[in-house]
Amino acid sequence: MSGHSAYEFKNPVVRWLDERLPILSLVRGQLVDFPTPRNLNYWWTFGGILATMLVIQLLTGIVLVMHYTPHTSMAFDSVEHIMRDVNWGWLLRWMHANGAAFFFVAVYIHIFRGLYYGSYRSPREILWMIGVIIFIAMMATAFMGYVLPWGQMSYWGAVVITNLFSAFPIVGKYIVTWLWGGFTVGNPTLQRFFSLHYLLPFVLAALVFLHVWALHITGNNNPEGIEVKSKEDTLPFHPYYTMKDLFAIVVFLLVYAGFVFYSPWYLGHHINFEHANPLSTPAHIVPEWYFLPFYAMLRAIPNKLAGVLVMFSSLIILFFLPWLDRARAKSARYRPLYRQFFWLLVIVCLTLGIAGAQPAEGSWLLVARLATAWYFIHFLVILPVLSFIEKPRDLPASISEAVLGKDKA
Amino acid sequence: MAAGDNVKKDARIMKTITKMLAAAGLALMAFAAPAWASGAERHNADDYAFSFEGPFGKYDRAQLRRGWRVYKEVCSGCHSLKYIRFRNLTEPGGPQFSKDQVKAMIKEGEYMVDAGYNADGEPVQRPARLSDAIPGPYKSEEQAKAANNNAIPPDLSLIVKAREGWDYPWYVSPFIKLVKGPGGAEYVRSLISGFEEAPNGEEKEGLNYNPYFPGHWTAMPPPLSGEDVEYADGTKPTLKQEATDIAAFLTWASQPKLEERKRVGLMAMIFLAVFALMMYMVKRALWSGVKH
Repeated sequence: MSGHSAYEFKNPVVRWLDERLPILSLVRGQLVDFPTPRNLNYWWTFGGILATMLVIQLLTGIVLVMHYTPHTSMAFDSVEHIMRDVNWGWLLRWMHANGAAFFFVAVYIHIFRGLYYGSYRSPREILWMIGVIIFIAMMATAFMGYVLPWGQMSYWGAVVITNLFSAFPIVGKYIVTWLWGGFTVGNPTLQRFFSLHYLLPFVLAALVFLHVWALHITGNNNPEGIEVKSKEDTLPFHPYYTMKDLFAIVVFLLVYAGFVFYSPWYLGHHINFEHANPLSTPAHIVPEWYFLPFYAMLRAIPNKLAGVLVMFSSLIILFFLPWLDRARAKSARYRPLYRQFFWLLVIVCLTLGIAGAQPAEGSWLLVARLATAWYFIHFLVILPVLSFIEKPRDLPASISEAVLGKDKA
Repeated sequence: MAAGDNVKKDARIMKTITKMLAAAGLALMAFAAPAWASGAERHNADDYAFSFEGPFGKYDRAQLRRGWRVYKEVCSGCHSLKYIRFRNLTEPGGPQFSKDQVKAMIKEGEYMVDAGYNADGEPVQRPARLSDAIPGPYKSEEQAKAANNNAIPPDLSLIVKAREGWDYPWYVSPFIKLVKGPGGAEYVRSLISGFEEAPNGEEKEGLNYNPYFPGHWTAMPPPLSGEDVEYADGTKPTLKQEATDIAAFLTWASQPKLEERKRVGLMAMIFLAVFALMMYMVKRALWSGVKH
């Protein structure tokens, strides 16, 4: 997967520029000629979808900031000002709020696609690990963004999550005060969250650049989970995958637009239309839906510090995934046992999501505990054990053999 | 051959595991059922087909005007509507009174707004303009509390969005909300017209029984009883009619851009659907010659 294209530009001005700064041959090599496995299915379109969502969030966010006021006494009013007085303000706000939700829809599909087809396996460990960092940065960005409208759930969500750090012995209390910029969630907290919420997306964009760079070094994984061996195995990125991705992006946007225009706060919480009130705690404090599985893990553990560590470990463990799974075949297509455990993991994560939305008591607590345990068992026990006991189906010799049949390969 | 046998054996093991898990899951669900039914005690709101529901829904202008009348004559005694400016009452997608009508209302209602301090340092007021927010009944939370037995009547600008009408178990609730919407308007309508005697004649000091209110006891006394206002369009002001009209008006107050949103939404959906169809044809034509 060489960096630069051997393409010779005919236009003398273009050639003059490219000889001095090979930006055009870079684009040509990476976005046009880039050899891509010919057998990628629609699950591979979510990378492009995610890039689209990031751009939508950046653009709507930049304009929203032109009208938003990051102050505890004015933030809520300024959001209503955007909704009522700013031209197309309602559209920007709902695109941004639902855009975050759909960003997570896409990222979860993208991650589970990687898990199913073994995209984290060698030689893509760095690509995968940058992806995990992106996921964590996304969660931080989304959490701080949700605080900005300064509604009841914004405020109490911030209180609950920042308080997690108080679980650490001795230093916990000081960390929390430092995070808040005071002795309670207040104006300094809101202002630093605003600052970071504006900064982090650009960090995200830089991380995405690294992610794509790493991808273009190793090339795509594919549903067969075997590496590209010859030119027969690939197609140029453009027009094949640019057009396929674009089709998938438009379909994704169609579903997203359905929520933006017809159920704009379906994915949110109605309590957030009430102004933050430190004196009145909502009956149930629930984070946004995309945090619920992690929230369930946090509350599943009776000890606060242990709960916090378990929750963070559930993310950290993903960094070690390339070394926990040592099976001979990468793709679940050729792993009859792993395939079943994969779907079990999907069910377990969805169950955690449902449990996270319920009060942490009685049988829901038990469900959350079992599911949390299974999440870790899956990565720490099942994957390493499967690596040894599972007998994979016979792998095809090459992608082209799998696609075109043996005789033509 | 050996691989095939192994695959079969693996499949058998997995089937057993799956069955055991399914059984455990069912047992858990049965065990957990009472927990799902818990939560703040209250009735589901009565379903009602408002004109603004559905992808093509629009406000009924006459209804919004009647609702404004109910707000002005009754609700505004205790509740503010701070995000609504007088000019909003004239704007497209709302009650669409004429500017002169609203100016006349301001005069008739003697709406005054604070205008700083005069040369002697005394607070002064001036008559409200179209660009002013509708002045609320109280100057401060303290005043509101003092006048209402220590309860603060909430601002109504966002009340329909800040409430939900349905309280179903988790496994149906997401689908019901998707089809019926969050039910804030239905909640307001049911609550306003839903005060009744408490079962067993129970009474609580300063509180009123309402089955639709979470927890059943609210500081708000029954605000309407029917025939509370006179409607200019001749509609009979029954309790249900008034409650329906105020619920519609407050929905507009919380979503003044609802009609614009749905109108633009339709265009966006059509555009994206056509775009998707075209991209599908492009993709198919492109890939038809390539095995993949």
